[in-house]
Amino acid sequence: MVRQEADGTALIYIDRQLVHEVTSPQAFEGLKLAHRKPWRIASMLAVPDHNVPTTNRAAGISDPISRLQVETLDANCAEFGITEFKMGDIRQGVVHVMGPEQGATLPGMTVVCGDSHTSTHGAFAALAHGIGTSEVEHVMATQCLVAKKSNAMLVKVDGELGKGVTAKDIALAVIGKIGTAGGTGFAIEFAGSAIRALSMEGRMTLCNMAIEAGARAGMVAADETTFAYIKGRPFAPSGEQWDKAVEYWRTLHSDNGAKFDAIVELDAAQIKPQVTWGTSPEMVLAVDGHVPDPAGISDAVKRGDTERALAYMGLKANTPIREIQIDKVFIGSCTNGRIEDMRAAALVAKGKRVAANVKLAMVVPGSGLVKQQAEEEGLDKIFIAAGFEWREPGCSMCLAMNDDKLASGERCASTSNRNFEGRQGQGGRTHLVSPEMAAAAAIAGHFVDVREWQ
Amino acid sequence: MKKFELMDALVAPLDRANVDTDAIIPKQFLKSIKRSGFGPNAFDEWRYLDHGEPGMDNSKRQINPDFVLNQPRYQGAQILLARENFGCGSSREHAPWALEDYGFRIIISPSFADIFFNNCFKNGVLPIKLEASKVDKLFKAVEVQEGYKLKVDLEQQIITAPDGTVYNFEVDAHRKHCLLNGLDDIGLTLQHVDEIKTFEIRHLAAQPWL
Repeated sequence: MVRQEADGTALIYIDRQLVHEVTSPQAFEGLKLAHRKPWRIASMLAVPDHNVPTTNRAAGISDPISRLQVETLDANCAEFGITEFKMGDIRQGVVHVMGPEQGATLPGMTVVCGDSHTSTHGAFAALAHGIGTSEVEHVMATQCLVAKKSNAMLVKVDGELGKGVTAKDIALAVIGKIGTAGGTGFAIEFAGSAIRALSMEGRMTLCNMAIEAGARAGMVAADETTFAYIKGRPFAPSGEQWDKAVEYWRTLHSDNGAKFDAIVELDAAQIKPQVTWGTSPEMVLAVDGHVPDPAGISDAVKRGDTERALAYMGLKANTPIREIQIDKVFIGSCTNGRIEDMRAAALVAKGKRVAANVKLAMVVPGSGLVKQQAEEEGLDKIFIAAGFEWREPGCSMCLAMNDDKLASGERCASTSNRNFEGRQGQGGRTHLVSPEMAAAAAIAGHFVDVREWQ
Repeated sequence: MKKFELMDALVAPLDRANVDTDAIIPKQFLKSIKRSGFGPNAFDEWRYLDHGEPGMDNSKRQINPDFVLNQPRYQGAQILLARENFGCGSSREHAPWALEDYGFRIIISPSFADIFFNNCFKNGVLPIKLEASKVDKLFKAVEVQEGYKLKVDLEQQIITAPDGTVYNFEVDAHRKHCLLNGLDDIGLTLQHVDEIKTFEIRHLAAQPWL
């Protein structure tokens, strides 16, 4: 923290700024209009991800507006000498997959990006959150952000997760419990034995969805799992500096008996595979549940929301989740586009075939490096043999800014993070699930309980 | 940024909770590299019956007569009355850009998502938090009285209803100062350039791996 005003408003120093093509052009423009330059170029790392095509990269981007946006990022990075992994680079990928993969996210850092899913990086005990474009420009110009301290929430998950239950299910179960505004004004620390047992990929999935609970930042204390993941990555310290860094990073955990403004506890063993049924991530149920009946809801605003959501989703009250048929499957995104997600989905799909009623099942690796590793492990062959499409890395159908989108009325099992109206294409219907659940739904043609998968 | 002045303005109601920024401005319009011109596409999927894409002549599109903001009585509204968790989801600043360009300068809601709330202040839009019961009362009043206006005084932090009811609201002192004076944060922060430099040297010496 650089300074603090009497009312608590502080200037905090930013260690890492990640940049993508959608929320940066106006910031660069503002900077140039004011004849300013980025304060610390070395703190910045850029990548195009939202607009990039996931097929036929050689042909470039067909939509001229999307192309201009990516070219604008390229030009801005070239002008200021900012490191950018361009579309043809093997390191290109979804910004929140790429950053940690490069070792560009380190414990104790402050990390920002003009993207709400920046909360992902909290998995490394970094204070990481999304910002708007004005703030992107502010950080570029001053290396600082004007901020106020958040309240602290502890989400404690103890016990052991059951077979087929993942970090995604923890995230959705937490959101189901506290609601999409439950974390507003808070930074969430995820703790407990079930969290400690998660891999870094799992912790990233969990922190990624903190924003879906309303919290700008999610966080997990650093431990041996964290250090093992970071060690040897391109942007990570090495040699003597590594030892010094780890020594410091070991101190990055909440004090024993730390006071939290709110505490939420979950028993890992009780969490079942989750499926969203509506148009907000809090509209979520266990796979053995039934779509709610608005008639049983007394609160008028809630009842109206439920009725609207059911109408948009084309679902009847009381329908068992397992009877919902799907048209498309999307496996990927900053939530579930990492190597572990690819492996988990491949394990379910191995030796099976995508159901006849599923028009498209696509797997979009989170980065070129994830894609490469998956191919080295033969996962691409498993997916292709099962009838999935194996694509190039990017945000893809998580938000459908490129050509990957749902047509109106199409229903999708998606490993992404938002089931808002129109998120995956106007009129498209999204059900959020884990990679295992998405792959199983692709094979069965409807949702199934992956715990019973053979 | 425009200075924020005393306002006496028409109110439009948007009676649904959890309105997300994807709904406020759909993704296809985020491809623009400008920060203006988003108003005609605010709430695009609710507002029009056809599918919108950048570059379309919006005046020739099919309006959705059922969408509340399309009703003649709410044309020219500068205050948007909203429900819980307004502006949730994506951090896109295009959402307040679109609302401001549409004509809204004030949004009244029981609660806002954090990033959206923050983004509003950077663009001369004042988000006001009022208790749910008070917001509920305002929704009812707007419904029954055509041409319902509210007087909003940021300096005094009060809203005055036509029947004389006064609602006080909280606003962060720093943000209020910036809004009233039309100041942007960068200029203010750069007044502390020496402090930032001093901090940076010390910080990078302690953690040279950063």
